[in-house]
Amino acid sequence: MSILTPTAGPQAIYRINPVAKLATAFLLGFALILTIDWLSAATALVLESVLLVWAGLSVRQFLLRTIPVWIAAPTAGLTTLLYGQPLGQTYVEFGLIHVTDGSISLAIATALRVLAIGLPAIVLFVTIDPTDLADGLAQVWHLPSRFVLGALAGLRLVGLFLDDWRSLELARRARGVGDRGRIRRLLSQAFALLVLSIRRGSKLATAMEARGFGGDTPRTWARESLFGWREIALIAIGAAIAAIAIAVAVVFGTWNFIVG
Amino acid sequence: MSSAGSSCGGPTRALTFAYDERARSVRTSPSSTESATTAVGSSRPDRFRWRVVDIVVASVIGVASGLVFWLWGQAYNPLSAPLEAALPGLQALLGGGWLFAGVLGGLVIRKPGAALFTELVAAVVSAIVGTQWAALTLVSGLVQGLGAEIVFALFLYANWRAYVAVLAGMGAGLALAINDLVLWYAGAKVEFAIIYTVCSLISGALLAGLLSWLAARGLARTGALSRFASGREVSARV
Amino acid sequence: MTLAPQPPAAVSARGWGWRHASRKAWAVDGLDLEIDPGERVLLLGASGAGKSTLMHALAGVIGGDDEGEQKGELLVSGQRATSARGIAGLVLQDPDSQVILARVGDDVAFGCENLGVPRDEIWRRVAQSLDEVGLDLPLDHPTSALSGGQKQRLALAGVLAMRPGLILLDEPTANLDPEGVAEVRDAVARVAESTGATLVVIEHRVEVWRDIVDRVVVLAPGGGVLADGDPRRVLRDRGAELSASGVWIPEFPPRFTQRRVASSGGRLLDAAGLGIARVRGSRIADGLDIGLDEGRAVAIVGPNGAGKSTLALTLAGLLRPDAGAVSATPALAGPLKSVSPISWRSKDLLTRIGTVFQDPEHQFLSSTVRDELSVGPRALELGDVEVDARVDELLERLRLDHLALANPFTLSGGEKRRLSVATVLATRPKLLVLDEPTFGQDSRTWSELVSLLAGLLDQGQSIVAVTHDADFVAALADDEVRLA
Repeated sequence: MSILTPTAGPQAIYRINPVAKLATAFLLGFALILTIDWLSAATALVLESVLLVWAGLSVRQFLLRTIPVWIAAPTAGLTTLLYGQPLGQTYVEFGLIHVTDGSISLAIATALRVLAIGLPAIVLFVTIDPTDLADGLAQVWHLPSRFVLGALAGLRLVGLFLDDWRSLELARRARGVGDRGRIRRLLSQAFALLVLSIRRGSKLATAMEARGFGGDTPRTWARESLFGWREIALIAIGAAIAAIAIAVAVVFGTWNFIVG
Repeated sequence: MSSAGSSCGGPTRALTFAYDERARSVRTSPSSTESATTAVGSSRPDRFRWRVVDIVVASVIGVASGLVFWLWGQAYNPLSAPLEAALPGLQALLGGGWLFAGVLGGLVIRKPGAALFTELVAAVVSAIVGTQWAALTLVSGLVQGLGAEIVFALFLYANWRAYVAVLAGMGAGLALAINDLVLWYAGAKVEFAIIYTVCSLISGALLAGLLSWLAARGLARTGALSRFASGREVSARV
Repeated sequence: MTLAPQPPAAVSARGWGWRHASRKAWAVDGLDLEIDPGERVLLLGASGAGKSTLMHALAGVIGGDDEGEQKGELLVSGQRATSARGIAGLVLQDPDSQVILARVGDDVAFGCENLGVPRDEIWRRVAQSLDEVGLDLPLDHPTSALSGGQKQRLALAGVLAMRPGLILLDEPTANLDPEGVAEVRDAVARVAESTGATLVVIEHRVEVWRDIVDRVVVLAPGGGVLADGDPRRVLRDRGAELSASGVWIPEFPPRFTQRRVASSGGRLLDAAGLGIARVRGSRIADGLDIGLDEGRAVAIVGPNGAGKSTLALTLAGLLRPDAGAVSATPALAGPLKSVSPISWRSKDLLTRIGTVFQDPEHQFLSSTVRDELSVGPRALELGDVEVDARVDELLERLRLDHLALANPFTLSGGEKRRLSVATVLATRPKLLVLDEPTFGQDSRTWSELVSLLAGLLDQGQSIVAVTHDADFVAALADDEVRLA
C-alpha cells in the first residue's frame, strides 16, 4: 500500500486544495505539450525546480516516486533520435533508423519535455489525499457527488486488493500450480482478484445505500473544501512558468508547434 | 447546546416531515389486501439511470484496471524497444493493455457513460500511482474511453455481443492512436503513423475487445454480477 | 441522555414476500410480523429462510424493480420500507466491506452528510457516536488499521450518527474472533439502552444475544413465521430443531462423530527454534519448537496478530522461516533430497502437505466444482481414469455431487468450505494445515467438518489447525501451541 498512500507532511503544499494542484499540473502539461523544442522545456524545468524544492519532498522520496519519468525521458529521446523526422545532415542510416541533425535536436527536446511535464505532475499528485480530492472535485468543480464518492469508495478498496493478491499467490503454490506457467497463473490470479473485488464492491454499495447514499436529499459536507489565495497563487505560478517558457521559445525562434 | 439556532431535533424533524410527504403521496396506490405484486419504489426505474452499485462496481473495475495500467506502463519501456526496433510503430501492439477498462466497464454496467467513466477512473489511478505521461494520462483516458463509448452508443446501449465488444476495442484503439500521434509522436514520419494506427486497432480489437468480453462472461458465471443485467442473462431463473 | 430525537420505529409486515430476479422460488413468502417501537428482536431460522432479505428490505436497500419483485406490504413507522431510507440503520456481516472512507471521523460522518445534516451538528454527532460504541480513537485514525471488532463498531457508530429509529444487525459478529464478538455485543447493548431504538438482530450464535433481546422470532424457509415469543420459551420449545438447522444453542450442542483411535504414529515434521515473519526482517514470534505426528491434531491458538496464520503457512512450506528451520522426516519427505518444505516444488507439496486457507475463495481456480477437484490430481499427472475416480469419490463423500457442474463461487458458505477441504484431500497429503476452518460457520457445517476431520485423524492423518474456536480445540486437538 506504500506506493498508493500519499506522503504527508507539514509543508504548505499538502494543505493546498488538490483541485488546484490538478489544475496546475494540467496547465503545465498542456502548455508544454504544444511544442517540441529544447528551450521551452529547459526553461520550464529550471523554473519548476524552484517549485519542486519548495514542495519539500525528501530527496529519497522524490527520486523514488519520479523513477518512471527518469526512465521514460531518455527512452523517449532515444526513440526520437532513431526514428524521428529527418532534417539536415545524416549521421547514421540503417534500415528504418535515420539519425540526423533534426532528429538529434528533437530527441533532446523530447527528453527534456518529458521531464518538464512529468516531474512537477508526479510531485503534485503524490501530495494529494484522495478524500480531499473527492471533496474538491464535488464542492469546487461541482462534479456529481454520487460519482465522485462512489469512485473514492472504490479506490479505498485497493489496499485490500494487495492483501488478497498475496493470499492468492500462496494458494496457488499450495494447489500445486505454482511451478510454471507464470503468465497463465498471473491471468487467473488477476481474474480471481477481480471477482473478489467486485463482490466486495457490491457489498460496499449496499453499505453506502444503507447510510442514505444515492438518494434525493441534498447533501451536506463534513469537510469544507476551500479555494483561496493559496490555490490561486499555485495556479498563477504554474501559468507563469508555462507562459515564460513559451515566450522564451517564441522570442528565440525555437518554437516548434506539434501540429504541422 | 448549539448557539447557531439549530437544535438537536431540527434537521431530523425536517427530514421526517419530508418523508411523511412522500409517504402520503404513495398511499394512494392500492392496498396490500390484494396479493398482487407491486413495484418497489415509487417510480418506474429508468433503464439508463446509474444505481449506487453501478457506480461502485464501475469504480472497482476502474481501480483494478488502473493498477494493471500502471504495471503495463512499467513494462512498456523494456517491451516496446525490441518491437520498435523490428518495425517502428509496432510498439502500438501493446496499446490494448490500456484500453480494456472502458470496454469491460461498458459490458458489465451496460449504461451510458460506463465505458468513459471506467476508463477515466483507471487513468486517474495509474496517474496517481505515477507514470511518465503524468497528467496527460488523464487526457488519454478520456479520449480512449470516448472511443469505446461512442461504439456502444452507436449500438444504442442495447447490443452487448462479442463483435460489438471487439468494435468498441477498435474504437478505443483508434482514439489511442490519434491521441499518441498528436501529443507524443508529433515529430514522426507518415509510415510510422500508419503502422502505429493499424497496430493500435489490432491491439484494441484483441486485448481490449475480445479479452474484455471473455472476462465479462467469466465474471457473470461466477455469480459476482447477480445485481446486473449482464450477470442475470447468463442463466435463466434457477 | 437519549441520543435519538427520531422516535423508535415500528415494523409491520403483512403478507410480504420478495423474489430475486434470477430465482424461481420466493425468498420470503406471506410474512406477517409486527414489531413494536423499542422492542429488541432476535431473528433466527435456517439458511435460506429469508432473514437477510427481510433486513435488507427494512433498510430500503433491497434493490429496484430490475432486481426482483415484491408482494404484500412492509412498513417501517407507517411508511413503505423502500422509500424510508434514513429511518433504519443496517450493519452488515463483513467488516471490510462496510468501511467507506479512509479516516475514522469521515466514515462516521458519511451517513450524516447523506441526510443533509449541517456541518457542526455532524461533528458533534460523530464524537457522541464514537463514544457510545466505545471507540476511543482520534478522528484521523486510518480505518485500514482497525481490527475486525473495531470496524464493526465503526459501522455501528456510522449508523448511530444518523439517529435511526430502527437498528438492524445482519450477523454482525459472524466474521469476528471472540474478543471482537464481545466488543460488538457490549457496544450494541449500550446503544440499545441509551437510544431506546427498535433493534432487530440476525445471528446464529444465540448465547451472545440472549440476554439483550426480549423477543425471538424464527422464520420458516420460504414461508412465514415458525415461532415467536419470549427467548427462553422459544429456545426451549424449538431448541433441538433450531440446533439441527444450524443455530448455535448452548443447551443443544452440535453432534459430531467422536474420534475413536487415540494413538499416534511416527513424526512427520519438526520445527526447531523457529522464527516466523510475513515480511523478511519483521519477526512476529520466536523460538518455537513444534513436532507433528501422524494421527495427531495440533491446535495453534492465541490472540489476534500473534502470528498464528503466519506460523501455519510457514509449517506448510508456503512462507520462508525467518530463523530456525522446518524439517520433514523421511516419512514425509520420501525420495526428495531437501528436508525443508519451502524449497519443495509446489507439485511435491501436493502429496505431502495440504493447506486449507481461511477464505476458501482464495483457492478456487476453475469454473466448475468437478474441474476444481481435478486440479490437484492433474498437476500430479495421474491418468484420466485415476483422476475421475478420485473426483467421484470425493464428490460423494463430501456431498457435493449435485453441485458437480456449478461454479465454485456460486456455492453457499458451508459448501465452499467443504469444497476447499475436498480439493486438498484429492491428492492425499499426509499433513493437513487448516487456517480457521470453522470461522463463521453455523453449527451444522461445524459438525460436518469436525466429523470429517475426526475420521481423517482416525485414518492416520496429521492435522495442524489455527483456530479461535474453543469447541473445535476440545473436540479434536491433542496438543496446543499457544502464541502470545
